[in-house]
Amino acid sequence: MIRYVLKKFMFMLMSLFFLITATFVLMNAVPGSPLQSEKATSEQIQKNLEAYYGLDKPLIVQYGVYLKNLVQGDLGISMKKKFQAVDKIIGDSFKYSLKLGLVSIVTSVVVGCILGIISAMYHRKFLDNFSMILAVIGLSIPSLVIAPVLQYLLAVKIEAFEVAGLNRPMDYVLPTIALSAASIAFIARLIRSTMIEVLNSDFIKTAKSKGLAGHLIVWRHALRNSMLPVVTFLGFLMANVITGSVVIEKIFAIPGLGKFFVESVSNRDYPLIMGITIFYAVILMISRLLADIAYVLVDPRIRISGGKAGK
Amino acid sequence: MKSILDVQNLSVSFAVYGGEVQAVRDVSFDVKEGEAVAIVGESGSGKSVTAQTIMRLIQTPPGKIKKGKVFLDGQDLMSLSEKEMQKVRGNKIGMIFQDPMTSLNPTMTVGKQIMEGLIQHQSLSGAKANERVLELLTLVGIPNPETRINQYPHQFSGGMRQRVMIAIALACTPALLIADEPTTALDVTIQAQILTLMKDLQEKTKTSIILITHDLGIVADICDRVIVMYAGQIVETGTKHEIFSNPQHPYTKGLLKSLPRLDQAKDEPLIPIFGTPPDLIKPPQGCGFCSRCDSAMRICETEIPEQTKISDTQSVRCWLQHPYAKEQGSDAGKEASA
Ligand SMILES: Nc1ncnc2c1ncn2[C@@H]1O[C@H](COP(=O)(O)OP(=O)(O)OP(=O)(O)O)[C@@H](O)[C@H]1O
Ligand SMILES: [Mg+2]
Repeated sequence: MIRYVLKKFMFMLMSLFFLITATFVLMNAVPGSPLQSEKATSEQIQKNLEAYYGLDKPLIVQYGVYLKNLVQGDLGISMKKKFQAVDKIIGDSFKYSLKLGLVSIVTSVVVGCILGIISAMYHRKFLDNFSMILAVIGLSIPSLVIAPVLQYLLAVKIEAFEVAGLNRPMDYVLPTIALSAASIAFIARLIRSTMIEVLNSDFIKTAKSKGLAGHLIVWRHALRNSMLPVVTFLGFLMANVITGSVVIEKIFAIPGLGKFFVESVSNRDYPLIMGITIFYAVILMISRLLADIAYVLVDPRIRISGGKAGK
Repeated sequence: MKSILDVQNLSVSFAVYGGEVQAVRDVSFDVKEGEAVAIVGESGSGKSVTAQTIMRLIQTPPGKIKKGKVFLDGQDLMSLSEKEMQKVRGNKIGMIFQDPMTSLNPTMTVGKQIMEGLIQHQSLSGAKANERVLELLTLVGIPNPETRINQYPHQFSGGMRQRVMIAIALACTPALLIADEPTTALDVTIQAQILTLMKDLQEKTKTSIILITHDLGIVADICDRVIVMYAGQIVETGTKHEIFSNPQHPYTKGLLKSLPRLDQAKDEPLIPIFGTPPDLIKPPQGCGFCSRCDSAMRICETEIPEQTKISDTQSVRCWLQHPYAKEQGSDAGKEASA
């Protein structure tokens, strides 16, 4: 197991290096510069600024300097945000994205599992059809439609919630619904189909032949065996949701990471682009690693040794 | 001796596209205390459906118990509620399935899987249940029970898993054990071990056994009595001796002829039963075996033969053995057995 994690870790470092290089090259290949602005600045000031940020040096040197700083844990300072350090910007905004993301993940998994289990237990009966219709709706309406509808109905018309912001616990309700609707639906369908299959397997017959009640069979025998695909999906979901949804953050005026990412690109704020990209990548990789580890915990047949999942 | 299980006129069918498969048709038999009864018959003859109906494990729908009663110790299982039935399953009847590779939950330790039934039916405490599980593992011949109890099914071989299944089925010392082809999925040497184990356990626990198989060789090993099923019906029953030395139904005779024998010359071919069993969506009006029978008569096509008693313990559903046929001095029967 430890060898496996180490190996994965080395692999992660390598992918990260490629990612950094590619982003650096692409970023500089795009026309425009962080120092361009509508205001006319004199030649001299422009020169001074470029020298200050090191933009006057050849690209390869800039790249070297960036890597050197990065290894020392320095992500640089933003070129647009008044000398704020990139890691501070990320830290401040990630707080919001993380909180909302975690709430959404828990909601997605819990609600998705419950809907999926109910559907599987009442396969082809009313409850099944009902929750699958909900799931299709959840999957097919994009969050950028759900969010304003929720805002209009629940915040403007009924005034049960704040329209935007993320200050009190209640403020999490609307963005959470908007953010998790699709994943709830996805998880529900995933659980339903695997569980229907699992409920037809031989060991469920064995469990029945022991005289266990229906709910015990689902809870003890079927659920765990139906969780594997969800665990896989969770890796992606975590990375996706924790890092913040640009759309949702925009709609609910949440100062999260997603918002800064979009801004950094349109501003050509090189250090911020690099910083957030690296941060995203690391989160994504860690999520995948956690999902792999969770896999082992859920299914004892998967024993990891030296990178191969053996019998 | 007292019957522990009494099945009366059981009929079960499944709704399928384009009709209804009549999987079990008017089956009646009983199992006495401490007796081992074999149900034999080729694939699709309704053996598993019969067994699973006794346990009420068939899915309804598509399955449907059309009629019949199943008395276990005087209690009609078909009239019980699902809740009441749960108290019977695993407690009064234990069941072993065909494929030990898929019959155990891969994500739960073997110990826990055996323990479940005990906790459910005997409300044993954790420590007591643990003790009993160790005892059971030893009983079914699993070495190092203390380590094995915490292992997962994938750490066991096929034969070992079937031993675990036997431990699960016997955990609450049920009055009846139903084993549905318990050795079919195992290789030959392991088969013998599992059968020996079952025989030993039956002697020790005095449990009645219903053993489902299509291997007559196994029957000779452990069973006292044999029920031969064909196309959803019981065509012949009798003691092991009667069935092996004096089979009456052409199908039973055919089964025996298709079995290799020790005294058989090496180059003497085995004789298969030609043809295929009838379609159970439209079961034949008369005897189900009619179309494959060498000595079929006109009446065989139109009327289902009644049970004819051959002895106190043997009876057969065949027109050749019917008292009328005997009276007429028909020698068709003799020809068929020749
Ligand atoms: N769920 C079901 N739906 C439809 N038909 C079924 C179902 N279960 C069983 N049958 C039918 O019932 C008949 C009897 O099946 P059963 O499984 O009892 O046979 P069997 O004697 O156990 O055969 P085998 O030796 O192959 O196990 C078969 O024709 C089968 O197709
Ligand atoms: Mg069967």
